[in-house]
Amino acid sequence: MIKTVKIALAGEGGQGVQSVAGIMVEAAYEEGKEALYIPNFGVEQRGGVSVAYCQISDEKIGSPKFVYADLVVALSDRAVLRTKQYVNKDTVFIYDTFIEGIEDDLPTNAKRVLGIPALEIAKKELHPRVFNVIIMGVAIAATDFIEMSAIKTALEKKLGYKFEQDPSLRDLNFKALARGVELVKDLL
Amino acid sequence: MAVKPIQGEKRVFMTGNEVVAWAALAAEVDIMYGYPITPQNEVMHYWTRLAPKYDRKFLQTEDEISAGFTTCGGVLSGKRAFTATAGPGNTLMQEAMTMAEMMRIPLVQVVQQRGGPSTATVIYSQQEVTMTCYGGNGEGLRIVYSTGSHQELFDYTIKAFNIAWKYRFPAFVLGDGYQAKMRESLNIYDPAEKGIEIVKTYPFVGLEGTPGVDREPNHLRNTYNTEEELNLVVNELVAEYEKMAPEIVEYQNFNTDDADIVIIAHGIVTRAAQAAVKTLREQGIKAGHFRPVTLRPFPEEQIRAVVKKAKKLIVAESAQGQLRKLVTDAIYGESVPLENYYKPGQGITAEELVEYVKGL
Amino acid sequence: MSIIPNMPKPWRKETKPHKFCPGCGHGLVLKALGEAIDELNIQDKIVFGCDIGCSLLSWDFFNVDTVQTHHGRTTPVMTGVKRARPDRICIAYMGDGGGYAIGSQHLVNAATRNEKITVILANNCNYGMTGGQMAPTTLPGMKTETSPYGRDIEETGYPTQGPEMVAAITQERAYVARGTVANVRQLKNYIKRALQTQMDNSGFSFVEALSGCPTNWSTNAKDTWAFIEETMPQYFKVGELKTPVPKEGISK
Repeated sequence: MIKTVKIALAGEGGQGVQSVAGIMVEAAYEEGKEALYIPNFGVEQRGGVSVAYCQISDEKIGSPKFVYADLVVALSDRAVLRTKQYVNKDTVFIYDTFIEGIEDDLPTNAKRVLGIPALEIAKKELHPRVFNVIIMGVAIAATDFIEMSAIKTALEKKLGYKFEQDPSLRDLNFKALARGVELVKDLL
Repeated sequence: MAVKPIQGEKRVFMTGNEVVAWAALAAEVDIMYGYPITPQNEVMHYWTRLAPKYDRKFLQTEDEISAGFTTCGGVLSGKRAFTATAGPGNTLMQEAMTMAEMMRIPLVQVVQQRGGPSTATVIYSQQEVTMTCYGGNGEGLRIVYSTGSHQELFDYTIKAFNIAWKYRFPAFVLGDGYQAKMRESLNIYDPAEKGIEIVKTYPFVGLEGTPGVDREPNHLRNTYNTEEELNLVVNELVAEYEKMAPEIVEYQNFNTDDADIVIIAHGIVTRAAQAAVKTLREQGIKAGHFRPVTLRPFPEEQIRAVVKKAKKLIVAESAQGQLRKLVTDAIYGESVPLENYYKPGQGITAEELVEYVKGL
Repeated sequence: MSIIPNMPKPWRKETKPHKFCPGCGHGLVLKALGEAIDELNIQDKIVFGCDIGCSLLSWDFFNVDTVQTHHGRTTPVMTGVKRARPDRICIAYMGDGGGYAIGSQHLVNAATRNEKITVILANNCNYGMTGGQMAPTTLPGMKTETSPYGRDIEETGYPTQGPEMVAAITQERAYVARGTVANVRQLKNYIKRALQTQMDNSGFSFVEALSGCPTNWSTNAKDTWAFIEETMPQYFKVGELKTPVPKEGISK
């Protein structure tokens, strides 16, 4: 059966959702899948909510935007409000538990609503810089559509030059990725 | 020509703006003139990075009026030249495009449509159809290709240069913000690999020899003194355009042969329409989709043939009836009911088209 | 015995007599241009663009390749030609409305970018072809169709100082001058230096020519010349404002 996964990643500018999306679709493309990624690039991209729309499929992808996502990851209060519209009964909605005061705003119509302490883990266990890599692990585990090896190759391609300078960064990133996967596996 | 920018054919994954820059390189474009406007900017960003490696040129002008007219100048000098713009920039460029129409200047303009009217959004729309087809004080003597994927963006950008130079009418590649900014896969290639010959360019001014001595001077005009004189000129332009039209018109049919309901859509909305037709067919609804690829000239005969058999038409577009005007003009006299699915400035998905058709 | 006037070589006999009004300055500016082309021996390299307005009537004046453009857009069209074909010598010919009003952004930016083109602008203090409206160069108190009680500087400002502006924004290797049809030999030399500046790939070159419009000024021959020779220079100073070319190279 043909499978298409639709993902909306949303966060504040600087949280790195666009980089996560970019690496994920790159990995899918390298794996031989069809991938389509469209950043939201409104005037609000400066200091607004940043949303990345990704689709990964076994076949050619239709319209670049979608009505409902299979996976929504929201990393700020504004991102939660902004992305609720993409949720239906088949959607897994993931948010960071660090976000305060959104309990009443979380979607009630999703298949699953999962809170993950990604930011906390990044700060306490790893490094704040790899917060978005944890999120990437989360997204991969939640959709179960892209091979981990492909993601690692794509990460290597994107950050290889940094890894060369400081090999410990590679470990840190791969650890963050694995930690993200774990977080979701524990919950699902 | 020295090193070919693209050797053979290769699969790539990139944004549409990058695709346009590569296509222009592959089409042996000599020079780009441009002015920054979202969502077109990266066409220039990639071009300015790539062009010097292949001995191509770039000029950033003071505004889109100038970008349009410098492009005219570049073409008049005998070089393959293009520009790219969107929204309010497209508005400003229309002045130069009328000169290109009148003087048969085979330039290429890439349009990445954004929201309108006014500054509106920098994101996406299909609201520049009327302007791109018929903008300015003229008769719309242009060629407009409405693309729907990165592959088409590449193929039709190359084609636009060739068709423009072959027939000497300005050609437009009508994309949109989604196509500009999104990333998807496509094959880029050296046109020669596909048997595509790049049409030779030639100068309109600055020819060899001394005018008045070795040859007559070229005096190019766009101004006429009498009604009769102008009328003759325009009639000739129109006749040449109409002669060309059947040779270059392009369209696609999807399940229209036995369709009761035909969705008419162009550009990126064709993707939603194609997917919607598939879903509707699976559900036993006899739906089909007609897609004009050239909006100017419009595939009039072809759409009429489809419409004659259909029981209902739906025009779906991210604008308030700009495609519909082209459609109704083409099918005047047919009595089939016509519904509208308008979402000015907003994307259209397969899901909503399916819902809409089922709700009729 | 008849005297055969000495005309520039590129002069296109088929299109003469020219279509300018009697007493118009354009013919003199163009004659100066033709002589400059002759003396530099560049007839085969010229691409000449003309603006809309009376300057348009120069489109078939010479045996050189020409393009009619749109009002104000001659500078970008010639910029486009020059950028694509640097071996050509590109001349943008326009009036004060085309250069200082509707096309002022093009003039300013072409000058700033130091485009290697030559702009020649005929200043006759009004819009001629459209019937004598107020132009950026209309003198204070001067009556036109849209300033019937005289140009009010409180409402509409002072006349544009074109060459002064261009001189201020161009680089050192540019050429800027203001000549007058009252001194065609001097004007020819200015145009010649402007073209030489382009030929040397030195920089932007600009010549404003004070010119007459008796039709719209409603002046007779005597008053027309008085206006050009005495009134206009009170506001528009004739002379070179920027010279990159060594003067000894060119005869005065």
